[in-house]
Amino acid sequence: MTENINGVLVFVEMVDNQPVELGLEMLGLARRISDSHGGTVTAVVFGTNLEGVGDNLIAYGADQVLINDNVIFDNFHAEAWLPDLSKIVAEVAPAIVLIGHSLSGTDLAPRLAFRLDIDVATGCESIEIVNGRPHMTRSCFGGLAREVVTFNKTPAVATIRSKTQQALTPMMERAGEFKFVSSILDLNSLRSRVIKREREKTVGVKLESAKIVISGGLGLGGPEGFNTLNEIAELVDGAVGASRAACDLDWCPRSYQVGLTGRTVAPELYLAVGISGASHHMAGCGNAKTIVSINSDPAAAIFKSSRFGIVGNCQEVMPALVEEIKKLKA
Amino acid sequence: MKIVVCVKQIQNPEIPPVQFRVDEEAKAVIPVSGLSPVLSPYDEQAVEAALRIRDAAGEGSDIEITVVTIAPAGARAGIKAALALGADNAVLLSEPTFDGSGGYVTARNLAETIRAIGDVDLILTGRQAADWDAGVVGLGIAEILDIPAITFACDVQVTDGVVTVQRVLEDGIETVEADLPALVTISNELGKVRYASMRETMRAAKKPIRDWSPEDIGLDEAQVGFNAVRHVLERLYIPINDIECEYIEGDTAAEMAASLAQRLREAELV
Repeated sequence: MTENINGVLVFVEMVDNQPVELGLEMLGLARRISDSHGGTVTAVVFGTNLEGVGDNLIAYGADQVLINDNVIFDNFHAEAWLPDLSKIVAEVAPAIVLIGHSLSGTDLAPRLAFRLDIDVATGCESIEIVNGRPHMTRSCFGGLAREVVTFNKTPAVATIRSKTQQALTPMMERAGEFKFVSSILDLNSLRSRVIKREREKTVGVKLESAKIVISGGLGLGGPEGFNTLNEIAELVDGAVGASRAACDLDWCPRSYQVGLTGRTVAPELYLAVGISGASHHMAGCGNAKTIVSINSDPAAAIFKSSRFGIVGNCQEVMPALVEEIKKLKA
Repeated sequence: MKIVVCVKQIQNPEIPPVQFRVDEEAKAVIPVSGLSPVLSPYDEQAVEAALRIRDAAGEGSDIEITVVTIAPAGARAGIKAALALGADNAVLLSEPTFDGSGGYVTARNLAETIRAIGDVDLILTGRQAADWDAGVVGLGIAEILDIPAITFACDVQVTDGVVTVQRVLEDGIETVEADLPALVTISNELGKVRYASMRETMRAAKKPIRDWSPEDIGLDEAQVGFNAVRHVLERLYIPINDIECEYIEGDTAAEMAASLAQRLREAELV
């Protein structure tokens, strides 16, 4: 046991009244930090219809759950969420504030840091406490390097990348308390307005929870290349992803994008088809258990991270692979 | 209308990974020799977003686009690239006292620069710089200036003092508007950036670049550069990747596919 710290606050995002997986992963990290360095784990949730969430988050490692149940928080809007979150963080005064490295989290965390005149490390993969100071390791230079940073002021705000931490096995008998807090938001203070939201419907398995992810890049040759990827995904109950280059060309919905500025996945099997393996892509799939790649360029960087590789034309190999997987599944 | 675009020039992020090296002792990236710096790609798209707003306003609009950057005096590649794309003028913070990075210090320097420019209606930044990938500075500027910020834009339009932004969500698009002045961070979904025309590149050489000192932006030396840095870089390293790839051989695509499927089955992956 090294020097103790003052506890960890975890901001847990909710989707459809359920905590997101990343929120539970961060609670796991917070619990591990608190178990070895003291302090309590506070989970904070904003949303509506949050009955049951208190017990649930306690089961996943929280000592204390603060629930801000208000219809304003039905949908994420950074400017509207900030006054309440700033107040809660200032009152709880933890050593570390953990926020998910999602698009909402990366929108919220820097604002929070500047509002409270503290500092933020985005995209963290691990946090260690050394001599009572949180050392945050984050990916930088498009995933090519890692930096370890510490801050002179507390609390330290960190956004945590999806799939870098292990959630605990929930224990319903864990003790803890939850309470409802009331919002201090003055709606008249808002200077930005959300006019419209258009969400794509997810078909099949969600990328982040899929055990198998099949991703396509420029080597597919065009949007029709995604047909074979979809076929395999359906056969193996997997999800389809893409490189930024393929998304930028509108070959697939941009919600498919895996990488630094897209989604982060860590499946058992990541099949990279026609993807060169630029570091900003690897930043989103580098934690996959096994990467298998198909690429016509033998020098493609993706092979350096792959367990199996085929040097060949994706447009020829993929239809053949569909047939082979059909045989396996038959 | 005044638009400020904050840009950063960086080492080309598209270099082959094998060329990327760090000096762990100095905790710094070793520059690849003979490589000219480029505008960070998201910042280039922020310049593009500003140009699209000016294009939409049509000929004779009063839109003035100023690029602001912190870079050593000799390193003007980023500013020149932005001016060649069509920005009107630039402010450079090049004094050595500005050296030393970190989101907090950078945001403050840029915010005070924008205050000193005066009457700025719209500030655009990239969603993050493509070197440290932090994504902190844009939001920091907005917080310091106490103006609304809208992040991850793929489309920005200005009408009658209101900025309307299409912003990227994990699973869709959201439309958000704010009264000016406001700050918008630009995501890669904004799309292709124009090429610098020969005419604009020639004109760029004559466009005004103001080189400002900490005094010019109302800060003293203790508030800029290394003197004001609040974070400690404990370590910088390249993660080791020690996977040995087994290449699946075969004379035809079908043979290779069959043997890959076999391997996946043996490894209990499918």
